[in-house]
Amino acid sequence: MAYLELQGLHRNFGPVKALNGIEVQLGQGEFLSLLGPSGCGKTTALRLVAGFDRPDAGRIVVDGKDVTAVAPAKRDMGMVFQAYSLFPNMTAAQNVEFGLKIRGKSKADRRKRVGELLELVGLGHAADRFPHQLSGGMQQRVALARALAIEPRVLLLDEPLSALDAKVRVQLREEIRRIQLELGITTLYVTHDQEEALAISDHVAVMSGGVIEQMGTPAEMYTAPATPFVAEFIGTMNRLEATVLDGAAGHVDFAGSRLQVDAARGRRTGERVLILIRPEALELEASTNGAVGGENMLNGEVIAQTFLGPVTRLKVSGGLIADMSTARAAALPVGAHVNARVPAEGAKLLSLPDED
Amino acid sequence: MASGRRRLSLAWLPTLPFFVYAFLFLFLPAGSIIIGAFKDVDGGWTTSNVTTLFDQPYRRAYIESIEVSATTAVLGALLGLAIAYAAVREHTPRWIRSVLTTFSGVAANFGGIPLAFAFIATVGTLGVVTTFLRNQLHWDIGASWPHFSLFTKNGVEFVYLYFQIPLMILVIAPAIDGLRREWREASSNLGASSFQFWRYVGVPVLMPSILGAVILLFGNAFAAYATAYALTSGVVPLVPLLIGAYYQGNVLDNPHLAQAMAFGMFVVLAVMMLLYIPLQRRSQRWAK
Amino acid sequence: MSASAFVWLVLAGLYFLVPLVATFFFSIRSVQTNKCCSFAAYTAVVHNGDFWHTLRVSFVLALEVIVICLVLIVPTVYWVHLKVPKLRPVIGFLALIPFVVPPIVMVVGLLKVYRGAPSWFYDRPSGILAAAYVILAFPYMFFSLDAGFRAIDVHTLTEASQSLGASWPRTLVKVILPNIRAAALAGSFLALAIVMGEFTIANLAQFHTFPIFIQFVGESDPYQASAVTLVSFGITWLAMSSLLFIGRKRGGGATTQIAGAR
Repeated sequence: MAYLELQGLHRNFGPVKALNGIEVQLGQGEFLSLLGPSGCGKTTALRLVAGFDRPDAGRIVVDGKDVTAVAPAKRDMGMVFQAYSLFPNMTAAQNVEFGLKIRGKSKADRRKRVGELLELVGLGHAADRFPHQLSGGMQQRVALARALAIEPRVLLLDEPLSALDAKVRVQLREEIRRIQLELGITTLYVTHDQEEALAISDHVAVMSGGVIEQMGTPAEMYTAPATPFVAEFIGTMNRLEATVLDGAAGHVDFAGSRLQVDAARGRRTGERVLILIRPEALELEASTNGAVGGENMLNGEVIAQTFLGPVTRLKVSGGLIADMSTARAAALPVGAHVNARVPAEGAKLLSLPDED
Repeated sequence: MASGRRRLSLAWLPTLPFFVYAFLFLFLPAGSIIIGAFKDVDGGWTTSNVTTLFDQPYRRAYIESIEVSATTAVLGALLGLAIAYAAVREHTPRWIRSVLTTFSGVAANFGGIPLAFAFIATVGTLGVVTTFLRNQLHWDIGASWPHFSLFTKNGVEFVYLYFQIPLMILVIAPAIDGLRREWREASSNLGASSFQFWRYVGVPVLMPSILGAVILLFGNAFAAYATAYALTSGVVPLVPLLIGAYYQGNVLDNPHLAQAMAFGMFVVLAVMMLLYIPLQRRSQRWAK
Repeated sequence: MSASAFVWLVLAGLYFLVPLVATFFFSIRSVQTNKCCSFAAYTAVVHNGDFWHTLRVSFVLALEVIVICLVLIVPTVYWVHLKVPKLRPVIGFLALIPFVVPPIVMVVGLLKVYRGAPSWFYDRPSGILAAAYVILAFPYMFFSLDAGFRAIDVHTLTEASQSLGASWPRTLVKVILPNIRAAALAGSFLALAIVMGEFTIANLAQFHTFPIFIQFVGESDPYQASAVTLVSFGITWLAMSSLLFIGRKRGGGATTQIAGAR
């Protein structure tokens, strides 16, 4: 039984279709990330759920009740904004207390709850500081505590980490997830950072151009992207545009080389397809005097090396990217002739529209 | 090292011309007034000039001046705030805002004699609006309600608002811009009504700017001379008008009295500043 | 736009526009018939020698004030930003003093101190009046220039220029000035608006400037007075729009636009 439902949401800004039919069903206590590049409609969707904006068509249902027309102040949704949302004239504690005060809770109740929440986000010691005396990360913790104080039915987070340093970002996202699990609160999280979304979500919905391209668990999104856009957006992918040579045998033609790809079996001969291979699945080996090494091999030359710590990423002429252990990469310096083995079983295949 | 220190100690030297100029034309005149206020015609020290200020007609002039300044400062601030807020809200078209700031820039600077004339031509006894109302609607705004006359204290206040409101708009618009959309949304998200938002967040955040603006408006009206000069020809005895009258040779028996009056203006503005500083500090204890 | 916002803006528009429109209608009333429409008032003003004379006096005075202000304040603010940032709050505080010392107080002091001064200074607008107006214009000039200097990297520009062999004055003229031109222009237009409208000091010190002329006309002919009033409004409007135009070209940022010529 879905707790939060977005049914056919449409929102137009002039000629721009910011949302073009969004469908989401989220169970109670689940964590969904809306992921996409800027302008994809993810923030618009969140603002509709919060009630700051009204959809042109569609409904928002929480716990079986249609809240589409309910004012934001009556929705009981806690929202954490990108940045600078703390009331500057109130201390951290007063910020957290605000929603409770509005709800007419007794002073004793308020004080107790504020204390608990500040402890929960690890800021018990900073209760009396004003926002400008807090670091960006601390401000976002207070904002989280403030949103949680009203015991919201749904927690909404609008790129809450995007203004923070990389290190704080990782630390705080784990904490958000910990608190979310601890409280079992249904959460909608908007981000443009795919790593972030994959790291903390139960479900991820990749959006583009006002529609959800694909929705699934982080693992599904990573291993089985359903569209070229999702494949591109989630992680790094080698994208080989190819044509099916023999659907029965699973042979495709890529830039004049014949490759064996299991996923191509059963495809129509002549169909245009996109072969997707993760960089870590592409194996490189040195080739003597530039000769093609054998079956399923693509020939090329190393044109760049990027050191990523334990792994090194190699760029190979022809647009291929391969990750390998840094130790092994040392044997393939820039300029080295290499053969890249396309894994017959590991590669994914997507249909491309026919050329005409 | 030694030469470095010497260079540092003389580093302010190039700013000397500026300070000399400020001394000659700002401090010297201001200081001479303070001294002159306590001198008698024979050059001896006295406090009688200053104590005379507490007698009529001077006492009344100060009271009237302070009343006019305070009224137009507070009214100007409230009206200016409302108009500025109406203009910079999200749903108000951008062009309205740019027209309003341009116009405020002009109106805030359009004072003095021409402003008085514009109002005389509009709502003076023979003014265009006055005669229109009298001839077309048989409503004489001078003889019947609201018994309006430009040449009274209310009239002066009405005209002063023409530069006070735009001044407020210019000063407060950036502060209203500083109210972040996130605050309003967070507040409504947490269940607060629009009134509660203003009560707990909007007004407290704007308060330092509003206080500062009120002081600025007060000083602005308190110093105004030309507009009242052209309007009232002395019917409303504001302090600057009295000082002016002395200097136009009408009753110049004791120049030190004029200096004492100028000193008095100085004191009123200084007291305003002193009242303002702790209020300001209190209202923005949450900011840096 | 909400209904209340709409009402406020309409009321504001009426309050601001009605006096101007009414003044225009007043100025085209005929002296003989007291009815519309005659441009006699404008014709009379244009043919009045004093109109052109005082306009010229005020304009030349404004230019003088602007030049003195720039020569005095630009190098000072530059130097303060570059070498003695500690002095910046001191000058900022000085810039607030003219707000506490109204023109009427200032003129009383100036007349007292400089009564015995040589006549080239005491009896001419280009002397004591210009000196007073420089002080009136100083806060606006300072805040405008200070913002301008803050927006550029004075240190890097100066060091770059000197490392290429330029002297101090040359650095100021060739490198710094072009970069703060917009700020200097903005301050200059404010000074222009101040000088073209200032009445108090000119009246008490008995100089015949343009605002004094307006007052003088007002005593004899109300129709001509309203015509000159509109001319004066036009001058303020021109100065302020030039200011805003510069501000916009400079790309946002708050432009000081309060001069105050009451």
